Amino acid sequence: MSEPRIVITGMGWVTPLGHDLATVWSRMMHGTCGMARIDRFDAGTFPTTFAAQVRHFDFTKYVDDPSAHAHAGLNTQFALGAARQAWEQACLGSANELNKKRIGIYLGAGEGVLDFDTYARTNIAGWDEQANRVDGVKWAEAAFEYMTPQHEVEQEANMPVSHIAFEYGIRGPAYNCLTACAASTQAIGEAVSILRRGEADVMISGGTHTMLHVLGVTGFNRLTALSRRNDDFMHASRPFDRTRDGFVMGEGAGIVVLETLDHALARGAKPQAEVLGYGSTADAFRITDMEPEARGPANAIRAALEEAKIDPLSKDDRGRPPVQYISAHGTGTKENDSLETLAVKTVFGENAKSIPMSSIKGMMGHLIAAAGGVELITCVLTIQNGMLPPTINLQNPDPELDLDYVANEARAAAVDTCLSNSFGFGGQNDALVVRRYV
Amino acid sequence: MITGLGPITAFGVGIGPLWTALCEGRSAIRRISRFDPSGFPCQIAAEMPDELFDVKSVVPKSYRKATKVMARDIELAVGAAAAAVADAKLITKAVDPEKPPTIPAARFGCHVGAGLIAADVDELTAALVTSRQLSAVGSRLSAAAEGAVATSLSDEDDLRAESRKLKAESAVDLSHWGHTGMNNLTPLWLLKYLPNMLACHVTIIHDCQGPSNTITCAEASAALSVGESMRVIERGAADACLSGGAEFKINPMGLLRQVYARRLAEADGEVDGVSVVRPFDPEARGSVLGEGGGILVLEAKETAQARGAEWYGELIGFAATQSFCPDVVGVTIEEDGQAIADAMEAALDAAKVKREQIDAIAPFGSSIAEIDRAEASAIKRVFGNRTKDVPLITTVPNVGNCCAGASAIPIAAAAMALKTQTLPARMNTANADGLNANATESRKAELRHVLVVSAGMGGQNAALVLKRS
Repeated sequence: MSEPRIVITGMGWVTPLGHDLATVWSRMMHGTCGMARIDRFDAGTFPTTFAAQVRHFDFTKYVDDPSAHAHAGLNTQFALGAARQAWEQACLGSANELNKKRIGIYLGAGEGVLDFDTYARTNIAGWDEQANRVDGVKWAEAAFEYMTPQHEVEQEANMPVSHIAFEYGIRGPAYNCLTACAASTQAIGEAVSILRRGEADVMISGGTHTMLHVLGVTGFNRLTALSRRNDDFMHASRPFDRTRDGFVMGEGAGIVVLETLDHALARGAKPQAEVLGYGSTADAFRITDMEPEARGPANAIRAALEEAKIDPLSKDDRGRPPVQYISAHGTGTKENDSLETLAVKTVFGENAKSIPMSSIKGMMGHLIAAAGGVELITCVLTIQNGMLPPTINLQNPDPELDLDYVANEARAAAVDTCLSNSFGFGGQNDALVVRRYV
Repeated sequence: MITGLGPITAFGVGIGPLWTALCEGRSAIRRISRFDPSGFPCQIAAEMPDELFDVKSVVPKSYRKATKVMARDIELAVGAAAAAVADAKLITKAVDPEKPPTIPAARFGCHVGAGLIAADVDELTAALVTSRQLSAVGSRLSAAAEGAVATSLSDEDDLRAESRKLKAESAVDLSHWGHTGMNNLTPLWLLKYLPNMLACHVTIIHDCQGPSNTITCAEASAALSVGESMRVIERGAADACLSGGAEFKINPMGLLRQVYARRLAEADGEVDGVSVVRPFDPEARGSVLGEGGGILVLEAKETAQARGAEWYGELIGFAATQSFCPDVVGVTIEEDGQAIADAMEAALDAAKVKREQIDAIAPFGSSIAEIDRAEASAIKRVFGNRTKDVPLITTVPNVGNCCAGASAIPIAAAAMALKTQTLPARMNTANADGLNANATESRKAELRHVLVVSAGMGGQNAALVLKRS
């Protein structure tokens, strides 16, 4: 028995560039940058003072009964917003005969947003100056005073899954994975695998994340992973540019409805694109650095192409490379952009230079766990609109980075097959291949 | 094939000490010693004494420096992986970097369930106090809030919100924190606490370059990870996987969140911790935390056969479902256990095994009354009038609830039961309604198939069928 084909029938996102497919796409086509000074808290003296924040987003428009989600954290709110868009585009709301036991969910969602002030207040109240450590009794007294049950329970990373499952009555396989920046790509890949095995007919997948809170920004600042171009933040995220100095934090959610083709066609749903392949590897190298030969990323890309039955060195029947667009992980760190370029060259050989590869992180920053979901949707829109999203802020070509990065301006291109890359802190590498549905 | 077991629990590292304790009916639950728990309603847990485990002793010399950036959760996963690799008699990079590995690196996967790792409160606070707002030091709850009695969660919430408003001033001077205070944290601080760092360290130590994932679904995490490893091996993406989960919540933040989620028994320092956890007993009043979990070695049958490996049993069926959670967040789940029963039935179907062929069940058995009721209903729904005849294997009374690592323990116990044809003892439960779950001695039994069930906070469920080889 041949394996079922898996299609995307719905897509939705909440991003720093907007909260619906059309607006965000249009802004990407104009090379709009979503950076601004952080205003969730006073980051004025932090080494990095800016980020790409989601703005003017009200999740209550996207749920049946907002009171059911009254304590949802920002990550869950983004997920609910993106899931509603995807659910509606897939026309699942109108499907009366849905068997909810055959609908599953697999998210790559990040943890909740820690309430820093409450947390810090508790810790400081528990501090025993003499012992130079926290006194458990004093800490507990302060904690029960300041911290609320609802907020604390919402911190666990599976909460977006639980909220979406509640909203849509999902009863099938339910997972959350958290592999840093690769999480939602990995979630989508594994959701496809679950569908291929026949364990569900429909999977809600993708990711959601925000680390734009005091300790999140502190953590990345201490890692010196962020751009510090505080005086020119609109041009701070500059993937593949010679002067790139780190990534810029973003936030948001990107969620897709995945479905077996048979199930989609049987209920009259319109496939938006087909997921052809998924590859996943671990660097197994070091906790901070990537392996210098880009072994892990290259092997993930190879595995995804292999599952898609694509020979990276071949040409298609129109004489094009077998992949016509790559959505890069493209974080704007020295290391990632160099090694991602190397990985693509290693895998695609002579074809590499004729495959446009861009990073949308120059415009919307790095959505961490949610990045892969948003970028896969970007691939589908690229196929549907025949336009490539640009890598903005690429003013200073890096002599060692010699691929076509779609610098600064969107451009037209006939694209049928895309590769989407995601590489995470900790060494997880994931890649997806998506193709025009025919 | 399950070729290696690496549980890590309060009894120590590896299947030996755990199995002995389970068979002897011993519990490791006692008063918490790592910090003074007197301020919490639950003051007991199953902690692993330091003398039973030192992470430095299980990593290669060249990797000892990296243990400095391991949160306790990571240490536990690293210890579990080392035990599993040794038990399966695998050669990995950690065992002998000179020899070719038993499993080629690119064909070796790793799936480790993890929880939300709490920052070390001493380390973080030592940094925070350098930036504290002086006027906020020693601020107390307002008299108005102090005198009031909360009658429900939301009343309690309003009360706290009110008390927060009274102290609008922030505790930390962020301006100072931004340019000075945060520098008191080590540059790699964040990397101690990312959930995927359990798998990250394990993959580096044992050179697993195949698919690797970190599943974060509370108590179902380890079982879902094992299911994912099975899927990865069956689709040909790996020949073997290290698979399981680990968590350490016996810290102030972990304990607080469990209290808030109404999962813990009230137990002050005077209580005899050993008898508190009573799965499926009408007297069950909540669970108790444990630290640990476990990692297994799962191998494709051909791989295991080719190297002449012995195995504990075969994983022949797996399924996952989502419960309806009336409270959305899954502190409470549907009482009828419908989704748990669905997972059990789907796992039986996937295994092509009839319910009559199941000889024992290893459930979560947490002693959290609501979850116990749902699990009990699910078991009755699936096993009908046979329910009384199918013995349960319970482990939480012995090792506590290890959260993201929790479901690795019943899997390890089930595998060992199949191999030794022995049912471990059960503790504490006196009056399990309709279930074969009352306290009993260990005994020999003919076991062909064991069903393992997990129901995590948040509503994610998993079920697995293990077969005697």
